[in-house]
Order: sequence, then structure tokens, then C-alpha cells
Amino acid sequence: METVRIVPCLDVDNGRVVKGVNFVGLRDAGDPVELAARYDSEGADELVFLDITASSDARETTLDMVRRVAEEVFIPFTVGGGIRTVEDARGILRAGADKVSVNTAAVDRSELVGELAAEFGSQCVVVAVDARRAGPDFGAATSGFEVFTHGGRMSTGWDLVAWITEVVDRGAGEILLTSMDRDGTRDGFDVEMLRTVGDVATVPLIASGGVGNLDHLVAGAVDGGANAVLAASIFHFGEYTVAEAKAHLAAAGVTVRPVTR
Amino acid sequence: MTRPDGAASPVRTGPLLAVLDYGIGNLRSAQKALQRVGADARLTSDPDEVAAADGLVLPGVGAFGRCIEALRAAGLWETAMEAASEAAAGTGRPFLGVCVGLQMLHETSAESPGVAGLGVLPGEVTLLSDAVKRPQMQWNRLDKNGTDKHPMLDGLGDDPWTYFVHSYAAPVGPDTVATCTYGDEVCAAEARSLLWACQFHPEKSSATGLRVLENFVGLVAR
Repeated sequence: METVRIVPCLDVDNGRVVKGVNFVGLRDAGDPVELAARYDSEGADELVFLDITASSDARETTLDMVRRVAEEVFIPFTVGGGIRTVEDARGILRAGADKVSVNTAAVDRSELVGELAAEFGSQCVVVAVDARRAGPDFGAATSGFEVFTHGGRMSTGWDLVAWITEVVDRGAGEILLTSMDRDGTRDGFDVEMLRTVGDVATVPLIASGGVGNLDHLVAGAVDGGANAVLAASIFHFGEYTVAEAKAHLAAAGVTVRPVTR
Repeated sequence: MTRPDGAASPVRTGPLLAVLDYGIGNLRSAQKALQRVGADARLTSDPDEVAAADGLVLPGVGAFGRCIEALRAAGLWETAMEAASEAAAGTGRPFLGVCVGLQMLHETSAESPGVAGLGVLPGEVTLLSDAVKRPQMQWNRLDKNGTDKHPMLDGLGDDPWTYFVHSYAAPVGPDTVATCTYGDEVCAAEARSLLWACQFHPEKSSATGLRVLENFVGLVAR
């Protein structure tokens, strides 16, 4: 039985959750530990923390946050952002994260994916991939999609399928695929992009970018074939609960872990 | 009593559990989860501390052969073998294997041909079905394998779900107390007397997983 995971994503800056989370009854809407515990109790299957801290001096702040989350929250969580070396990843994993996600650092040097997999096991290594529909002048994009970094601003020259094949061959345990065309639009996942990657990726695929309603989650799982669906604003702003999302997926015939309270 | 970071220490009055720390993976979550359910859980590779513990936990992530090698390198191979054998015979202290810690209890694994496991439980650990993505990295529903519900599963209700991350699994056999369906019927938990083992990660399975650990701590405290 393949089960689809629901994965809320929290952006963290200097150990604090940013982009305003609007839950009723939170003591501190910026506290990653309180938010993570809340999502756990609501039935989230997994969490992703994206560390957007600009200063590299704040690494200890991030590690402290990871430690505090690991003490209080007993579902899997991934930490991404700013991880450039095996030692960076070791710090995050030792602090209690289950997986690390790498993006730009892997594009800069894809050997990093293999080094992480060899050191910690593929199950710890998520490769986050930001992609767009390729423009007509991008001859290398035989799949029709191109890999970007820096929030979709910088082209890498990688065709999406070639890049996915590269990182899976090097030992990526999971792919977190974000459509930069859709991210922030609330128009839904780029289902065609998901299918394109799902056809070649032999590892689990997390869909990201564009969720605006619960039908979008169904489309990602059913039409896109994603193994997990990531969303931020629809949960953070209290539009939908994780339980509602799961009920909607279940009603559409998608197997999910039921929410038990 | 305070820690260097100023936070209050958890009260440590429960049974002493030695979580074998042989340099593989992140054990912090396992330790924190065991503390949460009342154990005085310590990460250790010190033989004296292991000998003094009321119960043992053998974690494991990554490749079978690498875990075996690391367990030997840490000088814990004989300790683990003896403790698991005695637990299985009902004469020693309770012993819990988790994930590859379950797999290592068996004789061999297709993942690492030629590498001997602890051999306390029979058979070979084999690759999951070709029909599904590997690893199984997801929550899955536990079935109690047609047996009477094992004490490991006490209090879990009729529809317990736990979190799995694995590409290989132990054979389903007489010691299996829970399975899940992933391509085939997959061994999710095993038990023989005081030897308990789960393929899933109880420390990552929310309230359900904490209850499994609580059941184990209850066995240790008995």
C-alpha cells in the first residue's frame, strides 16, 4: 500500500518561523517547536524546515532550533537551506533532524549528493530541485523543463530529467520538486512536471509549489503521481487543516494515514 | 538540576535503558522519545554502562553491512549478541531492535552478502518488492498478522499507523507480530520473549510510536 504523505513546510529565519502562521490559540506563532508540535497533533505526516537565514553566523541558532524540535516532535522532519558540506549535514542530523535537503550546493557540485549518501545513507538525503518550463532558447531541455537556483532566477543549464537522473544515480533518497512557475501562484502543482519526473525517478517524489486548495493536493497525488505533497500557506493561514486535507484526499481514493486524536 | 543551556533536566527516575551508540545515525530522537515515556535512556558505548542497564535498545540506519561493521568496531558485537540471545530465551533483560537494529538480529541480509548478522532470529533479510518504490519511506498501517495482539501493540487501537524507512525487510515467520502491506506482506515487528523489534521507527511515529516505546519501557520496568 503506497500512502501519500502531507508535509507542511515552515520557513525559518534565525530560528524563528516567518511568513506569518495564523493558528488559533498559539502562544507564539514564530516558535518552530510549538508549530511543529501543533502540526504533529493535527496529523501532519512529516515536516520540512527551510532555513532562509542569510547570515552564516547564525548556524548555531539553527542547530539549537533543530535540537528543540527533536526533543518535542516525534514525526520525521527535514531541514534544508545553507547545507553545503558533509559537516554541515552532520551537524543538522546530529541535532536531531531525520533528513537534510540540498539544492544549490548539489548543483554547484553534484558529488556532494554521493558524499552525503555514503556518509549518512540515502534515506537522509533529499535533493530539492527548483524547475521551470524551458524557454525556446534552451536547447538542452529535452524534457521541456529546466533546473534553476536562487528562487528561480538563475538557470543552471541542466535539463530537469538529466538532473534528476544524475542525483538519483548519486544516491538521492528523495526528490523535493518545486515548480518555480507555480510557486506562490495558488494555481496548483505543475502536474506535467511531476509526471515527467515521476516517470524517471525511482525514489519518492515530494510535490511542491502552487497549492491553493485541496483539489490541488489530489491532482498532485493522482495525476502527478507524487508520493508526498508539500504545502505552506493553505495550512499556515488556517484555510484548511491537515485533517481536512486528508479527508479530501481519502474521498478521492488516495490512501492517507488517518488522523486520530 | 540544569543543563548548560539553562533548561531544566527531565526527571530521571524510570528504568535505565542503554541505547547502543556505535556511531550510526541520529540517536537523539530515540533517546528523547524514550525519555518522554518515562525511561532514563542513555546513549552509550561503554560496556559498564550497558552492563548496568535494565534494558537495551539497538538502533540502526543505513546499510546492513555498515551497521554490523560499526557495531563490531565499537566493541559492542558480543554484548549485543549475548543480550539479544538471553532476551530471546527469556532469561535476560528486555532488548529492543529498531529498523536495521531489527534486521541485524537475523542471520544474513541480501543487502550485504557474506556479512553475518547476529543470528538470534532466523532467516535472511531481503529486498522489498520490485512493484513498489524503494525505500518504503512513508507511514503504513500495521496488521497484527492473524495472531493475538502482542503486548508491544497494547493500546494502539484497531488502526495503528507507523513510519517506515527501509528497502529491505526480515522474513515473515513465527516471530512476526505485525506486518504491513507494501508490494508484499512485509515484516513490521517481531518478538520472542523479551526480545522485541520493530522495522518501523517508533520514535518517529507520533503518539502511536510513543505508545510502542511506552509498552517496551513497561516491559523493562516489570
